[in-house]
Amino acid sequence: MAETGIFDIIGPNMVGPSSSHTAGALRIALLAGKMLHSTPASVSFTLYGSFARTYRGHGTDRALLAGILGMNTEDLRIRDSFSLADQAGLRYAFEVNTENREVHPNTVDIFLTGTSGEEVQITGVSVGGGAVRITRINGVKVRFSGEYNTLIVRQLDAPGVVAAITRILAEHHINIAFMRMYREGKGDTAYTIIEADGEIPEAAAGEIRAQKNIHSATLITI
Amino acid sequence: MNFKNARELLELCGSQGMNIGQVMVEREVTALEQSREETFQRMRRAYSIMKEAANTACQTPQKTMGGLIGGEASRLEKRRLSGTSVCGPLMARAVSCAMGVLEVNASMGLIVAAPTAGSSGVLPGVLLALQEEHQLSDEEMLPPLFCAAAVGYLISRNATVAGAEGGCQAEVGAASAMAAAAAAQLMGGTPEQCLRAASTALANILGLVCDPIGGLVEAPCQSRNAMGAANALISAELALADAALNIPFDEMVDTMLAVGRSMPAELRETALGGIAACPSCRSRGICKG
Repeated sequence: MAETGIFDIIGPNMVGPSSSHTAGALRIALLAGKMLHSTPASVSFTLYGSFARTYRGHGTDRALLAGILGMNTEDLRIRDSFSLADQAGLRYAFEVNTENREVHPNTVDIFLTGTSGEEVQITGVSVGGGAVRITRINGVKVRFSGEYNTLIVRQLDAPGVVAAITRILAEHHINIAFMRMYREGKGDTAYTIIEADGEIPEAAAGEIRAQKNIHSATLITI
Repeated sequence: MNFKNARELLELCGSQGMNIGQVMVEREVTALEQSREETFQRMRRAYSIMKEAANTACQTPQKTMGGLIGGEASRLEKRRLSGTSVCGPLMARAVSCAMGVLEVNASMGLIVAAPTAGSSGVLPGVLLALQEEHQLSDEEMLPPLFCAAAVGYLISRNATVAGAEGGCQAEVGAASAMAAAAAAQLMGGTPEQCLRAASTALANILGLVCDPIGGLVEAPCQSRNAMGAANALISAELALADAALNIPFDEMVDTMLAVGRSMPAELRETALGGIAACPSCRSRGICKG
């Protein structure tokens, strides 16, 4: 985690009423939307714990939808996100799960389908003060905050893949803040998640995409 | 330039000949590598959002998501402007603004979490009232805002500002401490007096539980923000008169955390205890969507 700065305390600037249930929820959905490479066509949300019990009064549902539509936490259109989604032709559904008590109280599953038919499924947790963690992508356990420029590489779990990724990043003079690898199983699909201090150029992501055994490389720019 | 606690902050103020707000800006520029111009620009924008939120609700009643509150700020303003306020004009204005920001927050309007959304009324309440009373420019309000950020940073770093962890004493408590220090700096207090104001504000609110009716950030959050603003003004007054408790700020922060940890979960934002559990409130806060 980065050091707490002035605007972590006097901030975020946000549409209320809750930093965790409104601003945090929006940020999770915004990250989910950035992981999709096409325009979102339909989305379904499953809310757990405190999210499930209090989402309407906190505008969590409107905030989640606003995040999928690409709004930031300051956008006053958040309260109108249902009608904006309707206008944009985005289909949406909300479910609640109050049975599962194993998860963090502010957890949401987001299942997103793009106009191209592409699907992204993530789990996000709102950890307080508007900060979030993405804890699962397409069934694989991961962990990143979206506070840094982030590169998400989906790859085959094979020797040399990570070395190729780091070589390309080094060639682009990118300083890695955090880097972790997650896999479903040996020789299976794996994710490498890189959080960088500075900007990661699209060219670096493109070169990584062209490597052997790489399925995709998605750039999330903050 | 960096500091981890109030003792180090005071040493820096002494050795650099700076006030708390100045040290906080230097920390942002040197240790966090942020641009000075952008830091000031972001704070100007934060203050303008605070002002806009308070004034919006003071003029027009807001319709909130949960429907537990709405219209309080404009009713308070009417009373203040009629000259019959019990608290006097300064305190009455601080109270209307603090309540107003919470009203805007609960209606999905734009606010600045300071340090949280649930405590976002305290700092604007105190600073807007003082600015109007003393006819100060917006630019003159920036140094006290940086001072408030320093106090909030120390509480967040060494304890917590989350109601779910520390109760309302952590949220409105932190906001009160931030606003108390800001008010003290604005009125010419020394760094020691600012931190004493902050320490007194935390001491005054120690042990307050977080018990939102229906789990919503509406009531009693709104009136506790009004109380937080009053607490900040009182604490600054005590510190500037050298009439405040002399408990070092770092010890007070540790104490607040220890009290928060000893609070049962029912009293930490779960809406299972306190006012949320009283018979007339249990069925309320059923969201209207």
